[in-house]
Amino acid sequence: MACFVVPAAEAAIVTIVNIVLEHRSKKVEAQGKALETAISADAHQPFYVKLKSLSKLLWGGSVLLAFEHLWHGEIQPFYPFLTAATDPEALSEVYHEMATVGTSMAAFVTLSWALVQFVRSRMVSAEPATVKVQDK
Amino acid sequence: MTLLITVFAAVVATVFWYRGGAKDEMKISTLCYLYWGASLMWFIDAVFEYAEVKAEYFTPAAADMLNDSFLGFSVVALGLVIWLGVLLWKDPKGKWRRLPQTTNH
Repeated sequence: MACFVVPAAEAAIVTIVNIVLEHRSKKVEAQGKALETAISADAHQPFYVKLKSLSKLLWGGSVLLAFEHLWHGEIQPFYPFLTAATDPEALSEVYHEMATVGTSMAAFVTLSWALVQFVRSRMVSAEPATVKVQDK
Repeated sequence: MTLLITVFAAVVATVFWYRGGAKDEMKISTLCYLYWGASLMWFIDAVFEYAEVKAEYFTPAAADMLNDSFLGFSVVALGLVIWLGVLLWKDPKGKWRRLPQTTNH
């Protein structure tokens, strides 16, 4: 009914965190502290780069799920957006679905992303380190 | 059926992404994120539905299956339209930006 709202909310939070981290990281790099990232760029990929993929995954899934809900007439492009919003009984069902299905969706996507990042980091750390030369 | 079609789309997109260059010039990763994100979420939806209706989940009515297939293909089409929008917006090859110059005189 509105399960996609939970992953969409997580996507919004992750995007904000990502913007803040990227801004901070660029500030540090501008101060000439980029030596750490110059050594084996892949193994020491900044966290905000990894986080960006989670936000894209969550946004992508939420957009397509929103389309599915629109298809089934569960949401509408005008206020109150949820067709169940006018009926209190249906609204409580919406909240229940958000708490169960929606939360599970958000958790499953996050866990899948974390697993991929873990496997990838193990694969990269198994490779010999390389040094990236930076122009000054 | 929607989940199945989206998973196939996600796998095909991932194969194309892997075959492409490291720079991801065609922005295929956008398609991967869209389809994998939706596939993971619909998988959870399927798990909850299976817990509710049990084996009946695997024997849907023909009309429901047709509607779900139609929805699945529409989702794939929407994903492709979003990807095309992202590709033209980012314009990695600069073709979109150069377009007015090529049509002049």
